[in-house]
Amino acid sequence: MSHHQPIGGRLFTAPFLFLGILAVIALVLLVDRFANGLAAVTNLNDGYPWGIWVVYDIVVGTGFACGGYVLALTVYIANKGKYHPLVRPALLASLFGYSLGGLGAVIDMGRYWNFYQMFNPAQMNLNSVMLEVGLCVSAYSLVLFIEFLPVILEKFRADVWRARLEKVLFIFIAIGVLLPTMHQSSLGSLLIAMGHKVDPLWQAQQLMPLLAIMTAMLMGFCIVIFEGSMAAVGLRQPSETHLHRGLIKVIVGLVAAYLVIRFGDLIRRGALGGAFEGDLQGNMFLLETALFVVPLLILGSSRFNRQGRFLLIAAVSLLLAGATYRFNAFLVGFDPGAGYVYFPSAAELMVSIGIVAIEIMGYLFFVKLFPVMPKHQQAHA
Amino acid sequence: MNNNELHKVAERLGVSRRTFMKFCTGVAATLGLTGGAGVQMAYAIASPRRPAVIWLSAQECTGCTESLLRSTHPTLENLILDLISLDYHETLSVPAGHAAEEAKLHSMKENWGKYVLVVDGSIPMKDGGIYCKVAGKPIVEHVREAAEGAAAIISIGSCASWGGIPAAGPNPTEATPVDKVLTDKAVVNIPGCPPNPYNFLSTVLHLVTFGTVPELDHLNRPRFAYGRLIHENCERRPHFDAGRFALEFGDAGHKKGFCLYKLGCKGPETYANCPAIEFGDVGGGAWPVGVGHPCFGCTEEGVGFNKPIHALSDVKTVTPPTTFPGIAEPVGTGVTPGAAALLGAVGGAVLGATAMAVKQLGKLEKDRVSDHDSQDNP
Repeated sequence: MSHHQPIGGRLFTAPFLFLGILAVIALVLLVDRFANGLAAVTNLNDGYPWGIWVVYDIVVGTGFACGGYVLALTVYIANKGKYHPLVRPALLASLFGYSLGGLGAVIDMGRYWNFYQMFNPAQMNLNSVMLEVGLCVSAYSLVLFIEFLPVILEKFRADVWRARLEKVLFIFIAIGVLLPTMHQSSLGSLLIAMGHKVDPLWQAQQLMPLLAIMTAMLMGFCIVIFEGSMAAVGLRQPSETHLHRGLIKVIVGLVAAYLVIRFGDLIRRGALGGAFEGDLQGNMFLLETALFVVPLLILGSSRFNRQGRFLLIAAVSLLLAGATYRFNAFLVGFDPGAGYVYFPSAAELMVSIGIVAIEIMGYLFFVKLFPVMPKHQQAHA
Repeated sequence: MNNNELHKVAERLGVSRRTFMKFCTGVAATLGLTGGAGVQMAYAIASPRRPAVIWLSAQECTGCTESLLRSTHPTLENLILDLISLDYHETLSVPAGHAAEEAKLHSMKENWGKYVLVVDGSIPMKDGGIYCKVAGKPIVEHVREAAEGAAAIISIGSCASWGGIPAAGPNPTEATPVDKVLTDKAVVNIPGCPPNPYNFLSTVLHLVTFGTVPELDHLNRPRFAYGRLIHENCERRPHFDAGRFALEFGDAGHKKGFCLYKLGCKGPETYANCPAIEFGDVGGGAWPVGVGHPCFGCTEEGVGFNKPIHALSDVKTVTPPTTFPGIAEPVGTGVTPGAAALLGAVGGAVLGATAMAVKQLGKLEKDRVSDHDSQDNP
């Protein structure tokens, strides 16, 4: 007997159609990108070969998609079974986040037709951090799909296959915990490789992978709270605040540890002064720090942290904090020199927006038609 | 060999023991051999029996000899004269006339089958070879005689290797390379005008040490020196690949050290190690392309003295593309109003949606609390 059920309801609502329009705009722009090259759509240049497609869709997007990762850690590694109802929706969001992140990588590649060589051992550059990230992200997308497969098998009542799959599923769950640990920290290693091009406020050298994995975990926990709250409001699902409250302790611990390491490193390197210079980088650093500190105050207060709405505020603030940290490290605080500047073009932004729209549409499609959401308890009905 | 013997050798050569060992190791490295070969070379040089060398000069300019004399790795002229027994050399011999000729014949007789024959200059063959005579005899006869008893024959310089300047059209003397005269003998070619002295010296030391010549290519040139195009190791190669060329002497590109291909550099079709070992022992960049003149292909048959100096070379590897990225790359455009507005809209949407959700969550929770209250207090 399943503990999940489709929530049903009309799929083609007005917001869904609006998202559809955004997705179509993105697809049209992508046709232009593939017909006329990157320059037709993007503001990328030699100094900034990575723009918003990489930094939002991959660096930030896969951070947002870490819900499946942290819940797998919590439920299967820390053995906290009570969070199990949260796993399937989180896995679904992760699956979309990662596969569309992979798509983002392909559309951003100047010579995407050589992409497959990444999987050819004869062509691998074993010294490349990018190889680690690329292989790991593509492997993890596949693992996420396998982890999500029981939902599809359940929908189509392929019980024999589902039973077979669930016998070996633990292997994939284990790999699914290992892979994000590897590639999320490698996102930090990418910045080590960029050296002095990264502003001292963000260039933490060997600490970079640690900061990257910590922000990934934070964003993972917070996206679970964000999705649960949005489902409660937008899809009229029962509130999961009681489960979310259990995550507060680990989130507070992570934020506190993160801030200690981050500021400890800045003080040790004597780079903190850059925060108060009043320039774009300094101000963005202050904004990023505020986004980390405010939720710490909310979650630390017993008056606020019992209420779902404050939990949501804290979660959104931390999601924005993680995203701002990654945007700052990869774009705002990134200066390749020689006068290069970059700001995404409107068309570039529309593609990223369209990809997010596709993610939300896919999420709605699955939760309405497939057994993703936990079954209602009678008391909540 | 013990330290004492090494010390004696070093004394004989007039250098310190350390300098002597450094020289041997350096030569081994030029040849692409291991450090152990340097020790073997030191041993070979230190042996009391030095190989006799007969050096014949045909139609040449003495540039090869001059170049050799100016190789100043620690007192090289001492070493070259001491590590081999140079029994006959027209420029360097102390005796002259009949005495010099007699010394040559004596050495050849004494070392028959063991001496090394070095020839610089091409051999005139027209009219019985009368256009170059030594001791009243055409040089071709001297070369043939000496070749009979030689253990190894080395052609030094482009003239001896493939004809060089004397063989350039209309070639009035029918100047012929040594290996075309001694067709039944194995001849090692060390082309160049002049060749780098270390390529010659390394070949001789290989011969002295191991008793064999180094690995040769299809034109009998030592592979360690002529295995690669100048183009492949040229310090200006990145400019070639990026399409940055000097277009005339003294223009902006020439001053910036751009590629000299369009000034006629023959590096892309000439095999030699010039960019790797350079000339004159004065440090980086001391070779033709390094100082701003296109290579004219002196080592390559059919290129040097045949093609016009400023004619484009036939690129043996990758030909340059017809279009290049510009020298001044676009540095990108900053923020545009449309993009900023769009980004603002996204931020607004996120914050707005969050605010709406916060409001509704608050309402839901209030409802639930009042539900609980009504359940608890019926």
